[in-house]
Amino acid sequence: MNTDLIVAIVVSAIAYGTPLVLAGLGELLTERSGVLNLGVEGMMLMGAVTGFFVSQQLGGPGWAVLIVAMIVAAGAGGLMALIHAFLSITVRVNQIVSGLALTIFAGAVGLSSYVGQVWGIGGQHGLHQLNRVDLLGLGELPVVGPILFDQDPFVYLSWGLVVLVAWYLYRTRFGLYLRAVGESPRSADAMGINVTRYRYVHTVVGGALAGLGGAYFTLAIAPIWTDGLTAGAGWIAIALVIFAFWRPDVLLIGAYLFGALSSLGFTLQAHGVQMPSEFFSSLPYLMTVVVLAGASTTLARRRIGTPASLGVPYAREEG
Amino acid sequence: MSGHVEAGPTSTGTATAGLVPAVAAAGVTKRFAGGVVANDRVSFDARRGEVHALLGENGAGKTTLCNILTGLYRPDEGEVQVNGSPARLHSPHEAQRAGIFMVHQHLSLVDSLTVAENVVLGWSRHRGLRYSPRQVEAEIAEIAARYRMQVDPRARIWQLSLGERQRIDILKALYRDATILILDEPTTVLTPSETEQLFSSVREMVAAGRSVVFISHKLPEVLAIANRITILRKGRSVTTVDAAGVDARELARLMVGHDMPAGRVRRAANGSGAAPADQRGVLELESVCADGDFGVQVLRDVSLSVRPGEIVGIAGVAGNGQRELAEVIAGLRSHTRGTVRVDGSELRGGDPRAAINRGIAYVPEDRMGTGVSPSLSVTENLLLKSYRRDAPHAGPLLMMDRADTQSLALMEQFDIRTRGPHALVRQLSGGNVQKVVLARELSSQPRVLVAASPARGLDVGATEYVHGVLVDTARRGVGILLISEDLDEIVELSDRIAVLYEGRIVGIVDAAQASYEQLGMMMAGAA
Ligand SMILES: Nc1ncnc2c1ncn2[C@@H]1O[C@H](COP(=O)(O)OP(=O)(O)O)[C@@H](O)[C@H]1O
Ligand SMILES: [Mg+2]
Repeated sequence: MNTDLIVAIVVSAIAYGTPLVLAGLGELLTERSGVLNLGVEGMMLMGAVTGFFVSQQLGGPGWAVLIVAMIVAAGAGGLMALIHAFLSITVRVNQIVSGLALTIFAGAVGLSSYVGQVWGIGGQHGLHQLNRVDLLGLGELPVVGPILFDQDPFVYLSWGLVVLVAWYLYRTRFGLYLRAVGESPRSADAMGINVTRYRYVHTVVGGALAGLGGAYFTLAIAPIWTDGLTAGAGWIAIALVIFAFWRPDVLLIGAYLFGALSSLGFTLQAHGVQMPSEFFSSLPYLMTVVVLAGASTTLARRRIGTPASLGVPYAREEG
Repeated sequence: MSGHVEAGPTSTGTATAGLVPAVAAAGVTKRFAGGVVANDRVSFDARRGEVHALLGENGAGKTTLCNILTGLYRPDEGEVQVNGSPARLHSPHEAQRAGIFMVHQHLSLVDSLTVAENVVLGWSRHRGLRYSPRQVEAEIAEIAARYRMQVDPRARIWQLSLGERQRIDILKALYRDATILILDEPTTVLTPSETEQLFSSVREMVAAGRSVVFISHKLPEVLAIANRITILRKGRSVTTVDAAGVDARELARLMVGHDMPAGRVRRAANGSGAAPADQRGVLELESVCADGDFGVQVLRDVSLSVRPGEIVGIAGVAGNGQRELAEVIAGLRSHTRGTVRVDGSELRGGDPRAAINRGIAYVPEDRMGTGVSPSLSVTENLLLKSYRRDAPHAGPLLMMDRADTQSLALMEQFDIRTRGPHALVRQLSGGNVQKVVLARELSSQPRVLVAASPARGLDVGATEYVHGVLVDTARRGVGILLISEDLDEIVELSDRIAVLYEGRIVGIVDAAQASYEQLGMMMAGAA
């Protein structure tokens, strides 16, 4: 293999991994508070469709349009997560049911597809797309140039977020409180930490990041909208959080690993390597299955990192 | 009055230092869903520099009262006063700001976090966003040194023993500079030497002008540490006494009340028809020892015998080995030493199926978790033990028609009121659930019945019914071990009463002659 091929694989791994980083970080924050959100896929789709719609409607300089589109996409994801938060934290319905319901409700044959039709953006070609920005003028450097210094703003944003979330979790008081809420809400409550508020905030922020991850598909990867275009990325993001043992740094690596698997088929083809494409397109899902199965057995034995109250509603036992 | 009498935090360590109480409850009433009145117009006050004990049996309402003092629950009536004026305590956060901190019975620690992280949970000495482990670790080391506590700020909670964990919770209070510290049954998890250490920390804290509210049901402890004692009984504050002016006997009397409530009779008084005293017991325990969930010994040399037709009551405050004793007999827990015999031959430990086959029936304390399978129907729950070879439903197939017929008969016999044999057990009321358990256990013609708190949480009618079933069962020659925290229940039903305290049987008395005072003393470890 030559260097070009390797660089190409890494670059496309980053491209395909970035929505996973964003959505995965969101799910990580949500799960750290003890809430399991299986609605990620639906939230990504809503982010993708609203982001694309806004970018098609607004006039003005391209960068401004794209920023507004990203904000709206995050808002759409956050709004859906608010529904999940209300159902699972306030009403205390089963979190798995609530999350699945949201994914089905907003999914490929649900709300996202419906608004796509109503807005008539199905066949449209995008007017704006996020371009690569050579931040420091180092994009021409061999190997590291295209990988580190010539990416689109989403990618830089995702790197910043990984650092920010890691710092938040391990070096701030609020991150510490968050971990306590996810581990032992009863203790956190007794210590005067507002469990409900922490869960709400992190569920909504998690949904917003999922929306942003969805928008990456329509604003950066390819500026078009088709039903269900996230193609299960939300599910992969959920698997990633487990794979990463709920740690943001490991999550970044895992996301790029999945990204590489997702894009390997195209990249190899583009470089003239012939392989059946069905094989490659099934790789990320195969890996998801392996990760989930593997993680559930080791987790069963050692429970590394799993927030102890994950999926369990909390209520003070006051009658 | 001269302005010289001021009880500053450092002025003195005597109980009379503060003229205005540091914290007080005034006429506090708390009702829970289901009609339980956990606190009924409770009043007490703790002065500055005082250890004030709240003494009462299990269920007397001690924990509820303290949850109100710490803002976890809100009182339905009455108020909490801090330094003489009414305090608005709507959350633990507000209570902490008022200087109140509680060390909960089940400790409020997060296992996966470090000691330092736990200490700053919800409250930090430092403003701002950043959490600096090194700074906090240094502060903790400093406090620990001042109060002569051994603490490693970097250890994770799960690595610590229960005694060490409790120390961390107390450290949290000191880190917050709490002026009023509430300790809810702090010694239950401690070894005697750890208890001594705790007491010297407590003395040090009150000497520095803080107040400690010390909750316990153990008389010797309360007498050793408290300045004044408020006794709670069945949700009411009975009285407050000076520790110097009472003895254990008087306290025991106040704690458990006088004697049998009117209208109830002791079964033992009428001659129960148990087998004569020289006959061999159907269930015999000899020097049985067993470990608890955390690997520490909780049953110590328990020897006991239950004769056919006899009801032996096990009295004691919860957590003194009752659950483990029941589990050993039912085969759910292995004993580490000693022997258990049924009808004279030894029973293998830790084998529930062997216990069932030898005729041991078990009505567990944890009705919904261990007693029944809540999502299965009444019929299915009644069938759960019918894998026995002599059962009418032996064989791999469920004969649902026959099973339903049989369960209809049992429902009739045990007065189980539901819409039919297919009703799910979780839809039944507590009394009917308990009847399902009794029906299943007794339909297998047992030799021995172990019943743990069989009437807990039931209404009056269901309680009477369950008690009636126990008496009938004994009359048919079954030996019954009745484990309960409800002393009235034990005295009313038993032939003999054994008292468990810290895993030992501290005495066995004849129920016809037993006095509440004597039992109360034994239960509190004072006899
Ligand atoms: N959250 C609750 N819901 C309903 N009943 C409760 C609750 N907490 C306590 N109780 C009941 O209130 C009474 C007092 O309980 P508690 O305060 O825990 O007593 P203690 O600490 O003295 O053992 C008991 O009858 C108990 O069953
Ligand atoms: Mg209690």
